[in-house]
Amino acid sequence: MDLSPPDATTDATAAQALLICEHCDTVHRRCPLAKGEVAECARCGAVLERCRGLGANTLLALILTALLVFAQATLWPIVTLGLNGQHVDATLWDVIHTMWTDHSQVVAVLAALTLFVFPLCKIFMLGWLLLYARSGRRAPGFRLLMVTLHRLGPWTMSEVFVLGALVSIVKAHLYFDVQPDPGIYAYAALMLLITIFAGVDLTRLWDETREEAP
Amino acid sequence: MSAWPRAAELGLIGCHVCGQVCSMTDADDGALACPRCGSTLHRRKPAAYARCWALLIAAFLMYIPANILPIMRTASLGDIDDNTILSGVVELWVKGSPGLAVIVFCASIVVPMLKFLALGTLLISSRRGSNWARRQRTQLYRLVELIGYWSMLDVFVVALLTALVRFGYFSLVEPLPGVVFFGLTVVLTMFASMCFDPRLIWDGKEDSDD
Ligand SMILES: [Zn+2]
Ligand SMILES: [Zn+2]
Repeated sequence: MDLSPPDATTDATAAQALLICEHCDTVHRRCPLAKGEVAECARCGAVLERCRGLGANTLLALILTALLVFAQATLWPIVTLGLNGQHVDATLWDVIHTMWTDHSQVVAVLAALTLFVFPLCKIFMLGWLLLYARSGRRAPGFRLLMVTLHRLGPWTMSEVFVLGALVSIVKAHLYFDVQPDPGIYAYAALMLLITIFAGVDLTRLWDETREEAP
Repeated sequence: MSAWPRAAELGLIGCHVCGQVCSMTDADDGALACPRCGSTLHRRKPAAYARCWALLIAAFLMYIPANILPIMRTASLGDIDDNTILSGVVELWVKGSPGLAVIVFCASIVVPMLKFLALGTLLISSRRGSNWARRQRTQLYRLVELIGYWSMLDVFVVALLTALVRFGYFSLVEPLPGVVFFGLTVVLTMFASMCFDPRLIWDGKEDSDD
């Protein structure tokens, strides 16, 4: 074994040449990836890194779209119910508000965080990072934002909410007239964008951007 | 040394947050910060067994009332009906669409049970240093991480129906305590799987599978 342990502080390039699998701790030599290629761990099959087929500009455009769609999904009513000529519709805020007043504050907080606060934070933080990453620069607060984005990980659940809306529509349809409202289409579009972003390996931003000289 | 060297053998440590490879030197575990992103570096997640067990048991304790207590009350024209998770699935199967009933059944019952069984198995087998099906067990862990949060489905359904169905005395949907317990179950199992360190699967006895 000729692999000598590099010193991270003095020999940054040697450390860059290695990848450590976070699921089994195996050390790999890094190979350059072509667009759309994925490096997998030989021992456990975990994804080590992914080379996204999309440039920073495309991603930024997608993030702006996501922001727009997210605003619509949040502001527009999701479903309208009808009974004997009466109509009731609900937006995401109605959902959170009713749960709060109906003695289920835990659910209200969960919904507010996972469906509104965290997704919105993610969109803004990604947008900010990509705005600078277009020219290979690191945005102010890059370190903090990248760490926060990593921590937010699985705590955004918009895609689960879309499926939940679908189930609710079917359930309510047993008793009421149901009309899907524009909000639900906005959510479906958001789900598509989330799927695209799920395939983007953000840790590469650490290598692709450079600290600006002060 | 095996064909694929492990970071701990080489005195290296990988940052979970940014992927940076650092040399461990002689600093104590937990006292080292990643030079690139500033996160604390751990050879293995601290107290993984104790934390994961504690959260898993807490989640299971929440899961019992989540299933026994009703999660939602539907009232129409004085006719009151309390639904549990299971009866909601049955209702959807009988009256609505069986396809959707299967999805709800998977999200609310299969996924939580799978998480309890999978994490329990991973904890016990890793503690023993077993080298049985290591690759498959790592894949099982990734599956748990991937599908875990979909269990929130039923919670969102109850929330949406509550917000929608409010026609005064004619028709009303109310959330019942079961849904709170269920929400807590999902959150606790998510924390539990985060606390587990899949690298523990590969520790212990030298692998014989390669
Ligand atoms: Zn691996
Ligand atoms: Zn780091």
